Amino acid sequence: MDYSLLRQFADSWGLLYMFVLFVGIIFFTFRPGSKEKAEKIAQIPLNEDRNNGGK
Amino acid sequence: MAFLDQHKKLERNVSLLFVFSLIAVLIGGIIEIVPLFYVKNTIEKVEGMRPYTPLELAGRNIYVREGCYLCHSQMIRPFRDEVERYGHYSLAAESMYDHPFQWGSKRTGPDLARVGGRYSDEWHVQHLAHPQSVVPESIMPSYSFLKNAVVDTKHFADHLKANRAVGVPYSDAMIENASADINAQANPDVDAGGLEERYAKISVRDFDGNPEQVTEMDALVAYLQMLGTLVDLEAYKQNENLR
Amino acid sequence: MKNGTEAIILAAATFLAFLAAAGASDDLFKAHAWVLFFILAATTVVLFRRVEFAPAGETFPPKDTSGYMDDVIRYGAIATMLWGIVGFLVGVVIAAQLAWPWLNIEPWFNFGRLRPVHTSGVIFAFGGNALICTSLYVVQRTCRARLFGGNLAWFVFWGYQLFIVMAATGYLLGSTQSREYAEPEWYVDLWLTIVWVAYLIVFVGTIVKRKEPHIYVANWFYLSFIITVAMLHLVNNAAVPVSLTSGKSYSAFAGVQDALTQWWYGHNAVGFFLTAGFLGMMYYFVPKQANRPVFSYRLSIIHFWALIFLYIWAGPHHLHYTALPDWAQTLGMVFSIMLWMPSWGGMINGLMTLQGAWDKLRTDPVLRMFVISLAFYGMSTFEGPMMSIKSINSLSHYTDWTIGHVHSGALGWNGMVTFGALYYLVPKLWNRERLYSLRLVNWHLWLAAIGIVIYAAVMWVAGITQGLMWREYDDQGFLVNSFIETVSAIHPEYVMRMIGGLIYLSGALVMGYNIWRTIRGDLREEVPMGSVASVTRIVPAE
Repeated sequence: MDYSLLRQFADSWGLLYMFVLFVGIIFFTFRPGSKEKAEKIAQIPLNEDRNNGGK
Repeated sequence: MAFLDQHKKLERNVSLLFVFSLIAVLIGGIIEIVPLFYVKNTIEKVEGMRPYTPLELAGRNIYVREGCYLCHSQMIRPFRDEVERYGHYSLAAESMYDHPFQWGSKRTGPDLARVGGRYSDEWHVQHLAHPQSVVPESIMPSYSFLKNAVVDTKHFADHLKANRAVGVPYSDAMIENASADINAQANPDVDAGGLEERYAKISVRDFDGNPEQVTEMDALVAYLQMLGTLVDLEAYKQNENLR
Repeated sequence: MKNGTEAIILAAATFLAFLAAAGASDDLFKAHAWVLFFILAATTVVLFRRVEFAPAGETFPPKDTSGYMDDVIRYGAIATMLWGIVGFLVGVVIAAQLAWPWLNIEPWFNFGRLRPVHTSGVIFAFGGNALICTSLYVVQRTCRARLFGGNLAWFVFWGYQLFIVMAATGYLLGSTQSREYAEPEWYVDLWLTIVWVAYLIVFVGTIVKRKEPHIYVANWFYLSFIITVAMLHLVNNAAVPVSLTSGKSYSAFAGVQDALTQWWYGHNAVGFFLTAGFLGMMYYFVPKQANRPVFSYRLSIIHFWALIFLYIWAGPHHLHYTALPDWAQTLGMVFSIMLWMPSWGGMINGLMTLQGAWDKLRTDPVLRMFVISLAFYGMSTFEGPMMSIKSINSLSHYTDWTIGHVHSGALGWNGMVTFGALYYLVPKLWNRERLYSLRLVNWHLWLAAIGIVIYAAVMWVAGITQGLMWREYDDQGFLVNSFIETVSAIHPEYVMRMIGGLIYLSGALVMGYNIWRTIRGDLREEVPMGSVASVTRIVPAE
């Protein structure tokens, strides 16, 4: 395997791929529709005492 | 948008979470580790490397067992002060037969990558047994028990075989003579039986000053005395200038 | 028959250990097999004494399996506390050995053999038990489901304790692979693999049978910790044993590749064992103790993916300026610096959870513990990326600065968050109204904080002193200091470091006492936190 070939790939497509992935994940997570659901999930630990395991 | 709903699946499906997490943590390791095995210039070619002799390997195992690597590195970095203090900076090839590597991570004591030949055998024996008797301010523990512990040579061929299985080029003759070679290297009176042909640049002598038995002290000192002595660094420098 | 099968399996295992001891081809393996034999034999006797038979024609009433499975978590909480004290104590001992070498007792209690007992004791025995115990607690609560697999959780608990004891006794006897934080030899590694797979099954199984539609983010962190540690453990411990009757093995990799594999493991032991797992703890216990949802759940998602993706790359920063190729070093450095961001994302998310509840800090020392823990997390995750910069690393590497950095993370972040979680858990698990004493928690908090600050500060000074003395030149261009002069120069710091550790240990002992009294059900009569003791004694004017 050749170092410079790998390096070239990493500096171009590799970099682009990671950048797109990063922006994609940020956009995905903070998309407007997700706020309400996220807040609901965040309550999970606080709800649990009220219905514990069906006991 | 339909693809946005996919996220719900990820949040709800533990197998997907499992798979995506695994992918996320695999990438970095694969990209950093795998090329080290395939990219050619990871380990530059040098002259002089050979597998450890059985006695040196036994000494190395003691070095590992006692946790010497926790206070002594074997990796000289290419800085002026380190090169002046310890010698030429360490080359990748110098640890190519080290299973496991002993580069260390802390210098509570000095680096040992090129300690071979710097002190006499007597110094090492005295220092290992009672460090403060040689270096009064030393904080090293004493290892006098090594003088009385006899090296276990019985199954030593198996050690060489295991090394061969992970890529160290031990020949059949080396494996066959493993136990005998331990005695031969630590006792000049014993017939060496081709030991010096099998291993280049080998020191054959009684290392611990006790010719009666081959002790762990013999083995450890034999190992310390060969550290950093194999590679012909003059030849390496010439190569370096060629590049 | 109750416990019958388990007792018989253990008896068979004891016999196997006996065979291993008899057939061992080297003395070290023989000694270690005897250790295993005696442990298993003692456990077998205990278990046989607990075997019960139902009267003829009857069966035992089925066990109540409707609620959460908390027995194993109670054991875990106690184990965490005990191993913590043991780990800290060994730390103080080896710190004293570095200050006064005559404290080394060869061969078993030399620094080189005791040091792994301290590191594994704190990371795997204290930290590992804390992670297993809290993860099994949290996964039940956030999934509203009982642990999956019945007694498998007991196997995980006891199996893990056996791993710890075998690892520690092995170190003292001299059984080690010399891979930092992965020292146990091949046979102990295989055992841990079995235990770890069982742990994964229990954890994932519980998530699968959950009643809650979503998987709370704490479980993401715990899950990634379990998966990644399994991956790291399997790859880094790849080795060929000398023979099946020998305790010695040779690593599958050599030199450069071996070094990078080890530090890929080593740094991610920090990244996943000591960070991702403990973040899982943080994402449950901080909201619980503050009684508020996490500041931003969506930030926690970004935080999660960024953290687990970036951490895995950071290993090469342990090998700066070594024979590792430059490209790998640079990659490790760049990713380590990037790692600063998700780390602080997590810290901010934790701290901001207290938004609107900061006043609780005045009256709740447990919450204070979490806050200090997060503060230390923030500090060490700033210091870490800084130390991974090559030019800074050239000074700090091989010195005690690294040791100080590690301890500000381990004692400050991991220790404090674990203490907080235990203080939260113990009254709940034993159904107590409250802790025995909140004032003692406050004492613990301050002892621990002072201990860490002393430790980290003097190690920082010691490290920089060493680094500078090693490279000091005089006017003629000669090195000024012999190596031994750099050792003597930091003797005072080594003494101070031991004192710092001793203070931290004394805090843990205060905690042990407090927890013990809480479990017994005692309540200390005391002035509530936040009110000044003397106020109550003011005599009203006549």
